[in-house]
Amino acid sequence: MTAKYLIVGASAAGTGAVEAIREMDPIGTIVVVSEEQCTQYSRPMISDFVSGKADVQKMKCRNDSFWKENNAEMRLGKKAVALNLNEKTVTLEDGEKIAYEKLLLATGGKPFVPKMEGQDKDGVFTFTTLADAQRLTEKIDSIQAKSAVVIGAGLIGISVTDALVKRGLRVTVVELQEKILSLLLDAQASDLVEKLIRKTGVNFVTGQSVQKIVGRKENEDAVGGVILTKGDQLPCDIVIVAIGVIPRIELVAGTPVKTNRGIVVDEHMQTSVPDVYASGDVAEAYDYILNQNRLLPLWPLAVLEGKIAGYNMAGLKTGYEGGTNMSSLKYFGVPIVSIGLANPKDDPTLEILVKQDVNRDVYKKLVLKNNFIVGMTLVNRIERAGILYNLIKNKVNVKKLKKDLLRDDFNLAVLPVGLQRKMCVIQ
Amino acid sequence: MKRIIAIQENCIGCGLCEVYCTVAHSKSKDIIKAYNSELPKPISRVILEVNKPISFAIQCRHCENAPCVTACLSGAMQKDQNTGLITHNKEKCIGCWTCVMVCPYGAIKMDQQGKVVAKCDFCLDLNEPACVANCPNQALVVKEVKP
Repeated sequence: MTAKYLIVGASAAGTGAVEAIREMDPIGTIVVVSEEQCTQYSRPMISDFVSGKADVQKMKCRNDSFWKENNAEMRLGKKAVALNLNEKTVTLEDGEKIAYEKLLLATGGKPFVPKMEGQDKDGVFTFTTLADAQRLTEKIDSIQAKSAVVIGAGLIGISVTDALVKRGLRVTVVELQEKILSLLLDAQASDLVEKLIRKTGVNFVTGQSVQKIVGRKENEDAVGGVILTKGDQLPCDIVIVAIGVIPRIELVAGTPVKTNRGIVVDEHMQTSVPDVYASGDVAEAYDYILNQNRLLPLWPLAVLEGKIAGYNMAGLKTGYEGGTNMSSLKYFGVPIVSIGLANPKDDPTLEILVKQDVNRDVYKKLVLKNNFIVGMTLVNRIERAGILYNLIKNKVNVKKLKKDLLRDDFNLAVLPVGLQRKMCVIQ
Repeated sequence: MKRIIAIQENCIGCGLCEVYCTVAHSKSKDIIKAYNSELPKPISRVILEVNKPISFAIQCRHCENAPCVTACLSGAMQKDQNTGLITHNKEKCIGCWTCVMVCPYGAIKMDQQGKVVAKCDFCLDLNEPACVANCPNQALVVKEVKP
């Protein structure tokens, strides 16, 4: 069959692309290929699934009829195995060959699992998909797991730890870096957040990794504990590997589609090969703070990149304004927002503004370069974060605002009147 | 398309918009109960912005291309295709604070008790948004604006 639009991957970027295409082209055939059966769920919500806060129905971030409403032909539970750029076809595992006019690669990322002895034991999990979360909860219930080791103290590691604690497990988080959440927080903020999470009983081991997963006495094939790099042994019932994701670029391997760590795209989300687009965790899209393309595996950016690809595939030339490393966290009741260069290396050209309220466990930090905000971290006081984010994104010179930016009562009225008018806050 | 507009020159910073918004979003619709006894505590979705002597009130702008809708992880934040208003479904919300991070107006509030967010719903069940109806100096008005 021939599809005007063929989309490989039906998560955030694939969904965004279908929405954008249908805004522009109500009738062109869309075919979507996904390895999953249930697609329109929110992957960041899998920790809510494990904690019990959300069931599968609540996790659905689009209606059950989403694909039907958008008249997209689905190939669910199917894997795309070959791409032929000359024929403009994609072949699925079951042999079906689909020709395309425009192709979007929204294949996402897969969890990175470093080589560890014992990593095949029963009770070792990764944490990316609904299926991962379902397998994990089933295992916890079936063996009545009491304790877990989470490898990795980044966003995913902290999210799964929060869920496991809510399920009553004792958790030790093992992190190779010296500090937790090191891609989002500087040392001071990291220490604060670690202190707050430790209060819930979570144990952290930093500066180490797991060298070996050992079995149980009664069953060598089931997880019984881990041995850390320095030799200490920690008993546990399950292990979750949450180190990060790597782009799934297998489909373009050996083709002229240019790749770096991910698939390289231009501002229209088009790859080095015309009519082939990429978006989401698989793509290296533009970061407006670093002024370079890079991997940014974040859900909201994937949706946005998918939309941009969709518009361009449907013929509306649309440039991607770019994204940056940005995350909001809710875990352990500690709201955190971190954007851009929140934890930069020492650099004399950067100006750092910090405000800490030790009694309230509040930490606020802005990183400025030439009077423009290029990074920020807010812990426990995030409600007006969006106003600051807007100053970052729209590259507003904050020279005259510096003394106000970290005020507890920072608000829109503090901004220059010209900017208020531009934002249509006032008339 | 109707939108709420703030007229800064008219705003005297009295905060009645917040009071009446809170009441309109309470269960009891009673000012005393809403403030003194109702649990969970209702919260105002309009925010009085003050930098003396300047003040004005702000609430969700119901943006044309709303960053909160694109960023929403759970599908709780949606654009209503008929009214163009941005709707928030509390049942779907997981309180991930992503919308809080991206709203340029800082107009999405955190309902810490419910672990969800709250924002202006344009008081569709009333004739006129409560903040507009109860502003004593017409510093908040409903106007027809171009999309």
